[in-house]
Amino acid sequence: MKQNRIPAGDLAPEGIYPPTEEMLDEPVPDEVRARQEDNLRAAWKTPQGWRYWTAVNNSEVGLWYTLTAFFFMLMAGVMALLMRLQLWAPENDLISADRFNQLFTMHGSAMMFLFAVPMFEAISILILPAFLGARDMPFPRLSAYGYWCFLIGGVFVIGSILFDAAPKAGWFMYPPLATKEQGIGSDIWLLGLSFIEVASIAAAVELIVGALKCRPPGMRVNVMPLYAWYVLVVGGMILFAFPPLIAGDFLFELERSFDWPFFDPTRGGDPMLWQHLFWIFGHPEVYIIFLPSIAIAAMVVPTVARRPILGYSWIVLSAVGTGFLSFGLWVHHMFTTGLPNISLGFFSAASEAVVIPTGIQLFAFVATLIAGRVVMTLPMLWIAGALAIFTAGGLTGVMVAIAPFDWQVHDTYFIVAHLHYTLFGGMIFPVIAGVYYFFPFFRKKMLSERLGRWAFWLIFTGFNICFLPMHLTGLLGMPRRVYTYPEGLGIDWLNQISTVGAFIIAAGFAVFAWDILRPKSGQPQIERNPWGGGTLEWSHEIPETKWGVRSIPYVTTRYPLWDQPKMVDRMDRGRYYLPDAEEGLRETIVTSVIDARPLQVQRVTGPAYITILAAGFTGGAFIFPTFHLYPPAIVCAAFAVVCICYWLWTSTARPPEADMKEAGLGLRLPTYAAGPQAVGWWAVWITMLGDATAFASLVFGVFFYWTSNAAFPPPGAEHASGTLVALATAAFAAAWLATRAARGLNRAGRVGAARAGLVAGPLLTAAGMAAIIFSVLDLDPTTHVYPAMMWALMVWLVAHASAGLIMQLYCLAGSLFGKLTPRYDADLWNVTLFWHFLGLTALVTGAMIGLVPRMM
Amino acid sequence: MTASLRAETTGPRPRAPRRAAARLWPLAALALLAGCEGRQSVLVPAGEDSRVLGDLFWVMLVGAVLLWIGMNGLFYWATRRSPAAHSQYLANWLVILGGILFPTVTLGALLVYGLSIMPDLRATGDGPVIRVTGEQWWWRVEYERADGSTVTTANEIRLPAGVRSTFLLDSKEVIHSFWVPSLGGKMDMFPGRVTEMTLGPERPGVYRGQCAEFCGESHAWMAFEAEVMEPAAFEAWLEAEAAEARPPEGALAERGRALFFAQGCGGCHAVRGTPAVGQVGPDLTHVGSRHSLAAGRLGTSVEDFAKWVANPGAWKPGAEMPAYAHLTDDQLGAIATYLEGLE
Repeated sequence: MKQNRIPAGDLAPEGIYPPTEEMLDEPVPDEVRARQEDNLRAAWKTPQGWRYWTAVNNSEVGLWYTLTAFFFMLMAGVMALLMRLQLWAPENDLISADRFNQLFTMHGSAMMFLFAVPMFEAISILILPAFLGARDMPFPRLSAYGYWCFLIGGVFVIGSILFDAAPKAGWFMYPPLATKEQGIGSDIWLLGLSFIEVASIAAAVELIVGALKCRPPGMRVNVMPLYAWYVLVVGGMILFAFPPLIAGDFLFELERSFDWPFFDPTRGGDPMLWQHLFWIFGHPEVYIIFLPSIAIAAMVVPTVARRPILGYSWIVLSAVGTGFLSFGLWVHHMFTTGLPNISLGFFSAASEAVVIPTGIQLFAFVATLIAGRVVMTLPMLWIAGALAIFTAGGLTGVMVAIAPFDWQVHDTYFIVAHLHYTLFGGMIFPVIAGVYYFFPFFRKKMLSERLGRWAFWLIFTGFNICFLPMHLTGLLGMPRRVYTYPEGLGIDWLNQISTVGAFIIAAGFAVFAWDILRPKSGQPQIERNPWGGGTLEWSHEIPETKWGVRSIPYVTTRYPLWDQPKMVDRMDRGRYYLPDAEEGLRETIVTSVIDARPLQVQRVTGPAYITILAAGFTGGAFIFPTFHLYPPAIVCAAFAVVCICYWLWTSTARPPEADMKEAGLGLRLPTYAAGPQAVGWWAVWITMLGDATAFASLVFGVFFYWTSNAAFPPPGAEHASGTLVALATAAFAAAWLATRAARGLNRAGRVGAARAGLVAGPLLTAAGMAAIIFSVLDLDPTTHVYPAMMWALMVWLVAHASAGLIMQLYCLAGSLFGKLTPRYDADLWNVTLFWHFLGLTALVTGAMIGLVPRMM
Repeated sequence: MTASLRAETTGPRPRAPRRAAARLWPLAALALLAGCEGRQSVLVPAGEDSRVLGDLFWVMLVGAVLLWIGMNGLFYWATRRSPAAHSQYLANWLVILGGILFPTVTLGALLVYGLSIMPDLRATGDGPVIRVTGEQWWWRVEYERADGSTVTTANEIRLPAGVRSTFLLDSKEVIHSFWVPSLGGKMDMFPGRVTEMTLGPERPGVYRGQCAEFCGESHAWMAFEAEVMEPAAFEAWLEAEAAEARPPEGALAERGRALFFAQGCGGCHAVRGTPAVGQVGPDLTHVGSRHSLAAGRLGTSVEDFAKWVANPGAWKPGAEMPAYAHLTDDQLGAIATYLEGLE
């Protein structure tokens, strides 16, 4: 038994790969097929009754997620209608100034954070596995946890408007206005939305891992559906764009709760730091919203054109290029802040440059339509509307990217018009196109052609009636975010037209919502692949089955349903991989990143309460501090940690009943993976990239103050204790080494020594935490931004070290109770990876607190 | 950037108004159609900056309309007019030409044109230097004179035509943005730092400016009047503005003055030449001669003053000034008459 000596995580696949045509043509006996289907049905059964809510399957969670995001959109839309009513006439007193300010703040915040980004994640969770012929996302319970966090946080944030307690400083929350704001509105924004951002990042991590590791055997990166490429790009953007905002939120809430003056100019702070951090998030955010919609168009257009997409590689390169460029444009939101001409020129040029990759993507779609035989369908009508609206918004975008022109129209209704043109054209219309296109995929019923056309023409004309005049309204001098306006500026009639248009849009959405929600039990089920698409999602069986794909196919083409004609039949017969669930477990295949060679059978998690509990307690940890109730918040945070540990302990990286299993077609795959082979390791790696970005944003903050403020640190300022900082850094470095050594020792079979490392590690970590806390204890963070920044770095490190300490103890417990052995050591790999990042964070923090200020 | 850097400025040097004033704008028709006075319009320029930016707008608008028609026309053709399959070779070239070459050339040209005007619009001023401080929700305005003295006023800007005036912008509490669309672009005002901009008005007249950065509850009512004057008239006005307040005329105004002090108004407001030296609210020395009251909120009739003093929060939600609703109509009328007489 050679196998028992090598770590299970290092086992290699055995047998035949790739399969031959003869193998694929072999018949499957009927009784085998029936037995396999019974097993699969049992393994993937959706819980019934009230247990339904414990479901974690992507088809359920994705559906809840989509409907919840849609509901939040409707709420935000109602707020827009109220605002339009108030603006119907000059000096209208329908809605008070204070209430109006809450409405537009919440309208923008909800549309961005509760609709646009979650909608991408919701739709992707719902359909990405199907595009990839996978049975589920790699971490179903993480999806469920993310969803419940989103629901709790979203209801908390949007519900505040009903209690007249909503944030009212604009969705951008500029300090000092938002830091000085009375009431809890700003805290709701900061804590509630940070909570949701964490959930967004969790979903992004899962989607990235899904696109990289859960593709079907043979689907190399250059043949995967364009949608998966966009998921990768957008997931990566979320990973680098949200953390600067989270870092900003962190500083902001510290200022609001504890009066640490990060943005207060009278104590060395600077409101401009928030603007930079916010827009480093805010501009990529626009493309995070826009690219997934392009991705939907990239799936619809080839079907409509009856031919493969033209310029696949160009589209991929352009999407990646747009993603990169979008991080270099943020200053165009700050053209009127008095930055030097050279900066304005650079960011104007960069902002125009992003037109080119965007243009390539749009022209590639048009070229596909030209080269194909177009059959217009309802989804395509929405795509056409999207193009008409988006190109108008893009062209006004070209105008406002020219800095001097922006000096005139910045913060006017011209911008309101511009941004709604880009978001309706670049998000709403393509998403609705996607709903019409994919509805038969996930409900197995068609939406109404007639209602769909009504909805289209109402929303399309209503949109233009509402927003086209706003360009002129802005040019005639109406600023944004005003609750009313005086007579005599020539904008009264324009505002009335806009209000009429807004209600026509609302009527269109009412028709659309009715079409979605109306009962369809009397309606026949669709035929398979009603649009004649070429990608794997249309291989799903009718009537619906919960297992996703009957067997996971071997895919070698971009449009397998067009190019591999025998495939669907073979899938149905269970001729491909994982046609069975003998152990009653939910399984999917993990493949290699580039060429999708099968690596492992991944056991994915099933229904659970624990994710709901964990989300509830996490919510408490974020929501209680809004009301300055810190003890219950700490209790909730502790319970959340307990829940998450329980969830991980009981359902992840458990030693399997057998190390290898038949995956079908003569291929034997390992059932356990550790280190870079494992999806969990990838998830930690990707998460920590985001976390490191947030930390880098804090470090950027220190240097920003240093460059923008001659007195940073203030002359004669007291510094943190050098000795204690050095001690802390040494302790963290030693804890890091102990963790890494424990991994090596454990794998070498020296379990006792490994446990010693896992005892020393937490002790050293605790010592490091104590030393770093005491090193800054003499500084008063409320006096000046310099000590406040040192405290903020300390808090960040201590919070992460606490997590690192819990992880070390988790591994120690695993070792003691047989979950972690020399052969099954995935947990220790993941924890060591976390500690690589934590160790670096500790070293940099030590330098930033102990060394750098003394040299500034 | 501090005012001392501008010490060499020796007051306004008159210069002939440029061609803009008389020019017929394509927009004039549109503006008339809109029944608008164009007092706050980007499209009815009254200065060098707004004129140059207006030209830029019209050029870009024409280009944008043509491109929109081209792109959507192509789409319409491909999906409706001629949905049959066309040459893939042609389609490939379309991506190269339409997606790469064409935008590179046009955007390059637009950047050269658009960015080349920027240095002129940020040229050093040769006219008066005016310090404007944003408050919630009004404007503190200080003219720096050649002799080093300053003239303080509020909620109104007066500028000589034909020279570039310099604005040193600051803020007391939150971020505001200073914007007179008829004269040119906007510039944000930050607490704790001074931003600078210059404007070159050309056509005399009264225009409306407004805060463009959301600044709290009554952001909508933070406006001001900007009057562009002939240089000589501007000099005369500044001289008059520098003078102390004129004494009240008539018994009612006298009574109003007494009430003004009895109610403690001088604790917040300054009326130069009287014991009222408060610096919290706007300077009222010549408030009666302004175009508007309370930062563009009301007119300057006696009734307007009375309405405002009785209940500022009704006109400007969240305003710091307390309501004087306990005063009788007679008393309010007296105070209003006094203030209206401060010309």
